[in-house]
Amino acid sequence: MRVTYMNASTRQTLTKRQTLAEPSRETQAVEVSETPKAAIMPKIEVAGLNFYYGTRQALYGISLGVPEKKITALIGPSGCGKSTFLRTLNRMHETVRHTRVEGEVRLDGADIFSLDVTAVRRRVGMVFQKSNPFPKTIFENVAYGAKINNPAHAGRRALAEVVERSLRGAALWDEVKDALHKSAYALSGGQQQRLCIARALTVDPEVLLLDEPCSALDPIATAKIEELLFDLKDVCTIIIVTHNMQQAARVADRTGFFLLGKLIEFDETSVIFRRPSKKETEDYITGRFG
Amino acid sequence: MRYTHHWPSLVNAAMFGLTGLCALVTVSVLIFILGYLVYHGARSLSWNFLTKLPTPVGESGGGMANAIVGSGVLLGLAALIGIPVGFLGGVYLAEFGGSTFPFVVRYTADLLNGVPSIVMGIFAYTMVVLPMHHFSALAGGLALSVMLIPIVLRTTEEFLRAVPDSLREGALALGASKWKAVATIVIPAGFRGIATGMMLSLARVAGETAPLLFTSFSNRFWSHGLNEPTASLPVMIYTYAISPYEDWHQQAWAAGLILLALVLIANVGARIVLSRRTAMPR
Repeated sequence: MRVTYMNASTRQTLTKRQTLAEPSRETQAVEVSETPKAAIMPKIEVAGLNFYYGTRQALYGISLGVPEKKITALIGPSGCGKSTFLRTLNRMHETVRHTRVEGEVRLDGADIFSLDVTAVRRRVGMVFQKSNPFPKTIFENVAYGAKINNPAHAGRRALAEVVERSLRGAALWDEVKDALHKSAYALSGGQQQRLCIARALTVDPEVLLLDEPCSALDPIATAKIEELLFDLKDVCTIIIVTHNMQQAARVADRTGFFLLGKLIEFDETSVIFRRPSKKETEDYITGRFG
Repeated sequence: MRYTHHWPSLVNAAMFGLTGLCALVTVSVLIFILGYLVYHGARSLSWNFLTKLPTPVGESGGGMANAIVGSGVLLGLAALIGIPVGFLGGVYLAEFGGSTFPFVVRYTADLLNGVPSIVMGIFAYTMVVLPMHHFSALAGGLALSVMLIPIVLRTTEEFLRAVPDSLREGALALGASKWKAVATIVIPAGFRGIATGMMLSLARVAGETAPLLFTSFSNRFWSHGLNEPTASLPVMIYTYAISPYEDWHQQAWAAGLILLALVLIANVGARIVLSRRTAMPR
């Protein structure tokens, strides 16, 4: 019952926000979420993914399809492999030594392991658990992604436009527009995290991976980020790892439950939270363990 | 019962006293040396000392202008060779290295760091002085640069390692290549520490005498180019201090004071400039 309530309230926020922004989109969004999933080709398709840290196996045969322009949440107890899984989706696991991957990850049908790694990461952006602004000004932080990827943005005016657009996209512009040349470390924790999201948006990612982005934030900052995710859903596919089951229930269209390196269940969020088909999922959701 | 209660606080007081005493001894030795140097050196310090060439024994009014410039030239040469090599090597160790080769490099650098400085002099003597058949600033600069490389290498590596991995990940996740992430994020983040390390290492080799004795040697006149024997403050101090002449002893004190002042100015200056340049917390 509680879950239904939350979903309703969520939809209400969504409606309100989108009526303000663009009235026509609301009906569209609802329609899409009720379209049968079979017709749409998944944005990211994972097949038989095994992951090893040295000789220790961390993921066992993960297969799933992430729908485009939806929010997919990954839940599960600590150490279940959901963060590891997330990092393989833009090959960030390669920064850790002695890791090995077997299986396939396809982005729009193309194997990401045969693409150029920098190109993959440009298309699949990432926001980390702990906000990690660079020791630079707010402006430089956001401009960074644009600068390294597209020399055409190097002009001051073009750069300023990208920065403003990205900060607006991350719902941070109004709070920082008068402090663009101050240190990013002067911002609050929640603002720093939204700054990191803005930074990720400068390269126009097709997919945005978020690794417990709200775990260090208070409920107000968390609510802001969740609202932001609803807005971003229109422009990119979002995958969020979270420890907070309410958060998954609030924001996600689909939810996957990980346990001990295996994907136990992956379905519509309402199904996962209301009538999960696996006993493990039900136990976890109802707080019987983990 | 009382015994167990009092024993820890007793130890506490004793250790507080002992550590405080040692700190006091350190400071007083330093202050004593400084005071002694200023007391003796300041008396012979004059405008002439800074601007004139040395005079023959018995003739008053000479200076060490050539040695001051010579020390600058030698340090410049050492920095020109030692800093780029040490810095880039340090970047390799911290950012790109695998496991075996960096271990060898690190170990060798630490060994090199412990090698007596006179051995560096012998090295430069064999490599440069013998083939060229004469002493030169080039040989002295090389000897100092060989001392500089391991220090710069290790400080660069240490300060880059202190940069949090989350910054590297942040840059890589935006599609930066490894080198781009290192060049645009990691090195700037560690730059303050690295630059301070470089200044300190230069200050350390600035006072080296042994490697210069048979490389740059000395010169009582201006040297014309890097190819000639060159005067330097440490060698002048050495020569003047062991001479039997009282006025040379006085000049050695003054040279010591100048050397100390230059090192101090370089250090403090570097710190001020750097603290202004990167006004970033953390």
